[in-house]
Amino acid sequence: MKRSIDRRDFLRLAGLGGAVYASGLGGRAWAAGAATQDDFYFVQLSDTHWGFEGPPNPDARGTLKKAVAAVNALAEPPDFVMFTGDLTHITEDPRERRKRLAEFRDIVADLKVKNVRFMPGEHDASLDQGKAFQEFFGATHYTFDHKGVHFVVVDNVSDPRALIGDEQLQWLAADLAQLPKDADIVVFTHRPLFDLYPQWDWATRDGAKAIELLLPHTNVTVFYGHIHQEHHHETGHIAHHSAKSLIFPLPVPASQPKRDPLPWDPAQPYKGLGFRVVEADVKKASYAITELPVQKG
Amino acid sequence: MNRKTRVLGIAAIALTLAGAALGTYAIAKPAEVVIKVVAKRFDYTPNVIKLKKGVPVTLELTTKDVVMGFSAPDFATRADIIPGKTARVRFVPDKAGTFTFVCDIFCGTGHEQMEGTIEVVD
Repeated sequence: MKRSIDRRDFLRLAGLGGAVYASGLGGRAWAAGAATQDDFYFVQLSDTHWGFEGPPNPDARGTLKKAVAAVNALAEPPDFVMFTGDLTHITEDPRERRKRLAEFRDIVADLKVKNVRFMPGEHDASLDQGKAFQEFFGATHYTFDHKGVHFVVVDNVSDPRALIGDEQLQWLAADLAQLPKDADIVVFTHRPLFDLYPQWDWATRDGAKAIELLLPHTNVTVFYGHIHQEHHHETGHIAHHSAKSLIFPLPVPASQPKRDPLPWDPAQPYKGLGFRVVEADVKKASYAITELPVQKG
Repeated sequence: MNRKTRVLGIAAIALTLAGAALGTYAIAKPAEVVIKVVAKRFDYTPNVIKLKKGVPVTLELTTKDVVMGFSAPDFATRADIIPGKTARVRFVPDKAGTFTFVCDIFCGTGHEQMEGTIEVVD
């Protein structure tokens, strides 16, 4: 645990400290004392919308670069960086889509951390079923393991109907069947798996099926994007945490008639934007989330 | 049967029929409403659907161009709208107020603005 405190100290020393949110304190038996496991932290960035232009962000071409610089400035490098979709802003021109994906790739190549993972959002993938995304970043759903934690990336955007789809759900079921019930599982997805606010299309049509598959597992945490704001919700014992955007914030669900972006505030530029560091306490299967701004101030 | 008896009998039948008619009126279901809604990138016509609480409605949904969705979560109603076909959704608006419906199939650059309202009055 000493190492955990050190990390929070370095965040504070860097002047980046934000609200810390603890998630998943249930703990588990099988990990205790396992020699191969260690605490670690990763960074989640989301909804960068490279290619967007408009009044909600007068620095649309600079914000992602500032975020990359902020991640590089962390005193201790994260084990990996995860982008949870909407890397690029929608375009109906396939060539422009690829141009934006290429520019995005080149900008994030400046991250010092080279273990960087990607998944698509609907802006990247829904108009071509993920074809262009896959050309640049590979599979849209996959798993990986890191220091005892099993990470599952679920694609709920390549089908424009906001469906995970039966085929991927079967893949998910087969993957989960290999794990102990108390395995430490983290799910990355773009849209919320639960019906957060379907009136603004903030849902996954068959997300309940994924949650049903996950529920028998006692230590599951979901990190997602899409809604351009921090939000925390639980379905049973499963915690769901949405991340801020790096282009413009969206309103609180149902707080206004339309989901229009919140206006840019010249007095507080980049307000509502940011990224997060997630510190895993592997033995407790818990996650401390610290929200960080794009730039100090 | 004398004339008086015959008149009383006719009156009784008339009253019975009137009562039956009144009874029928009392339990009649409200007339169902059918409204055509046309979708195109990136709007619906009409984009304001006015309904009366308790009166069943069938929406006949068509699209002029690409596959669209119609989702009215407050009434647990949705449909895929396929070009060349008419999709029908039927529901009974069980609450008054203004409710949002949206396209829930990602259809292009204006998808996120493709929405309308259902206005239900008592």
